[in-house]
Amino acid sequence: MNLTLKVWRQKDAKSKGDFQEIKAEGISEHSSFLEMLDVVNEKLETKGETPIAFDHDCREGICGMCSLMINGCAHGPEGGTTTCQLHMRHFKDGDTIVIEPWRAKAFPVIKDLCVDRGAFDRIIQSGGYVSVSTGSAPDANAILVPKDNADAAFNAAACIGCGACVAQCKNASAHLFVSAKITHLNLLPQGQPEAKSRVLNMLTQADKEGFGACTNTGDCEAVCPKEIKMNNISFMNRGFMKAIFSNNLSLILMDVVLHVLRNGGFEMYSFVGDRVLNR
Amino acid sequence: MKLDAKIPAGDIREKWDKHKFNMKLVNPANKRKYNVIVVGTGLAGASAAATMGELGYNVSAFCFQDSPRRAHSIAAQGGINAAKNYRNDGDSIWRLFYDTVKGGDYRAREANVYRLAQVSVNIIDQCVAQGVPFAREYSGLLDNRSFGGAQVQRTFYAKGQTGQQLLIGAYQALERQINAGTVKMHTRTEMLDLIIVDGKARGITVRNLVTGEITTHIGDAVVLATGGYGNVFYLSTNAKGCNVTATYRAFKKGAGFANPCFTQIHPTCIPVSGDYQSKLTLMSESLRNDGRIWVPKKQGDTRHPNEIPEEERDYYLERRYPAFGNLVPRDVASRAAKERCDAGYGVGETKLGVYLDFKDAINRLGRDAVAARYGNLFDMYYKITDENPYERPMRIYPAIHYTMGGLWVDYNLMSNIDGLFVIGEANFSDHGANRLGASALMQGLADGYFILPYTIGNYFASNPQTKVDNGHPEVQKSLSSVQARINRFLEIKGKQTVDSFHRRLGKIMWDDCGMSRTKESLTDALKKIPALREEFWRDVSVTGEGEELNQNLERAGRVADFLEFGELLIRDALTREESCGGHFREEYQTDDGEAKRDDENFAFASVWEYKGDNVAPELHKEKLEFEHVKPSQRSYK
Repeated sequence: MNLTLKVWRQKDAKSKGDFQEIKAEGISEHSSFLEMLDVVNEKLETKGETPIAFDHDCREGICGMCSLMINGCAHGPEGGTTTCQLHMRHFKDGDTIVIEPWRAKAFPVIKDLCVDRGAFDRIIQSGGYVSVSTGSAPDANAILVPKDNADAAFNAAACIGCGACVAQCKNASAHLFVSAKITHLNLLPQGQPEAKSRVLNMLTQADKEGFGACTNTGDCEAVCPKEIKMNNISFMNRGFMKAIFSNNLSLILMDVVLHVLRNGGFEMYSFVGDRVLNR
Repeated sequence: MKLDAKIPAGDIREKWDKHKFNMKLVNPANKRKYNVIVVGTGLAGASAAATMGELGYNVSAFCFQDSPRRAHSIAAQGGINAAKNYRNDGDSIWRLFYDTVKGGDYRAREANVYRLAQVSVNIIDQCVAQGVPFAREYSGLLDNRSFGGAQVQRTFYAKGQTGQQLLIGAYQALERQINAGTVKMHTRTEMLDLIIVDGKARGITVRNLVTGEITTHIGDAVVLATGGYGNVFYLSTNAKGCNVTATYRAFKKGAGFANPCFTQIHPTCIPVSGDYQSKLTLMSESLRNDGRIWVPKKQGDTRHPNEIPEEERDYYLERRYPAFGNLVPRDVASRAAKERCDAGYGVGETKLGVYLDFKDAINRLGRDAVAARYGNLFDMYYKITDENPYERPMRIYPAIHYTMGGLWVDYNLMSNIDGLFVIGEANFSDHGANRLGASALMQGLADGYFILPYTIGNYFASNPQTKVDNGHPEVQKSLSSVQARINRFLEIKGKQTVDSFHRRLGKIMWDDCGMSRTKESLTDALKKIPALREEFWRDVSVTGEGEELNQNLERAGRVADFLEFGELLIRDALTREESCGGHFREEYQTDDGEAKRDDENFAFASVWEYKGDNVAPELHKEKLEFEHVKPSQRSYK
């Protein structure tokens, strides 16, 4: 099949980018989307032109390194699929395909279709773990976990950290990513001692990184390649409220009112999170 | 080259405990004065960096991906073995040790394997405490399954994503230490050289893959956790970025490379569909528990599989191996598939495939039960091939999957270069000539969580270090050689793409040194590879500049190293005149076509020493003693 690609090209983080039209010819419908880009790149390299930079690694849908907004949709038109597992048979001969990098302030473009997702690592650093050092663990079967909780924790832990949820969200919110980690750990007995500080710290960090708020639009769930559900976000919000109520609520509310009166608005998670953690 | 495995004396069951006591300790207050460099952040690297950070060492970790969470350990599906004996079915440390040595076809070091089986139980404890969501029963206790032909249920799993969950656990432990300031993480950074000062590994030279900047990092020890070299075959189940550069650069600086010809072929992968193919996808071996493998009895039969009647199907594994049937080990199943395809019975467009049929399982168990067991694998197959495995048999073919060979290490996981430690798939020690299913995850985490953090302390405590800074002549020499090599790539301005050379190398490796090897094919390959390498350096097209994100340049460096390493692998295969595990020499087989080991002449690890460019490397041998598991012919009939 023959296709026309409109690809975002940007030399580096500082340069201004633009769309470039590139022909993709003689593509097999059995090839994956990234293999199609490989074919295009090899043609460019043969001509001495700069190939399109894009992130990828495992090419079996699990490492979370590949990305791409394909015709405005994160990971392309197929649901529950990463770009590396998207096959060209889902496109028609003669199609024009628009390919962009993830779109979010917190994921700056570093070249062409590659972005910096370091913000996700920093969110995990702020509390996405159980503080257990090597050697201090009890026997594995000493910790009983009800099967339902174990299964639900597993479903949340299936997140691959690709960032599609952020890229598709009109607010560039990281709530689906953050809540998946919080659900995974806070549902398990191992995660209980740090449950409250985890919610506050991770949401505060997400605010600081420049991710937006959640307005329950649901685009994140629709594009998630691992079909992580929005109910993780409700679970996280309940955890956030629990963490606040366990502190001196009236003082925090007073802080909020004073802050809003002075500044006209506020970023709820980081503001409240800071107050709770610092009291 | 001096090879001293430093295996502690005494009863094999007490070696590790005694050794732990005999090793010197580093005072807690002094630990932060030691700088440790860890390259690679898969299961082995992430767990080692996190644990050494917890202990108080000053750790710098490096990975070429954009986050340490992406290493290819993440793709492991089946599970992780541990001798917990939670099933009460007769498992023990001794049995896991025995199975691993036997499964490795008697080419692994007994003392290392015994220690691996010992610490396997601690790994599960540690991972559960971290919150790894292993499968559980309704009682809330951990579930187990049998895997890879083991006769006990010792495999812990998290659906088909065990590697992902274990890696995320290690990654989170690592991120915790980054937050605590004990580990400094360098993502999108690739190691391009090892720095040796006064005979000791003291640092690495790296390229920042975003800016192209080349820098050196100095430490008191260097830990390589850079995985395997399966991509020398171009098509493999490895991630696209997996490469041999770090270990091969260490080899060129004097580290011994052991058993490079021990490569594992996995029998159940989705077959190649065309020239554009960039990698092969593995389907978990658990599929063979219920699927039946067959080819048509007629050569070149092009009928739809469902139209081929039962009596015209050849269930060749059940026919040849009535006792084990479809569950024979990976190497046996792979070779049998190749034999049928070579004989002209293969299926699919390329004729390089065999059927894996679930019709009988669906009739016996019902579609829902089959879906509950294998649903995610069936979906993955459907996505890639557009064929529905509930309705027609899957097509499968073997593919390169894992490499048992790697840098030679002693009992302390240190190579023959002082201060250079090698862990996980990157070293050679535990799997012999064939790795058993669910043992790779176990070894990576054993090395990283429980072995290296002890042995590295002993190294520091017994080896006072001199001060080295970035101005040292050896450091500057490494920096300028790396820069010169990059400039050389960019100056060629040839016509052929990097990938085209990689594909051609892969074809030579697969045809001449793949599932079966002969003296002729290997000798032939030894002529073809240098010619290809010469053509590469003359006509490869590397576009762009060095001082920018340049994926073409990154690949060129990796392929250039594969072009040299491939020759080493072939040379190793040529000198090992026996068949064992993943290494099958057609000249050395039994009358009924099974691998024929030669314990008298080849019970050793081949360790290769670099002698210079275009000079044949020198072979050294570490003799392997089998005191506890007596070598026997593997038979699955």
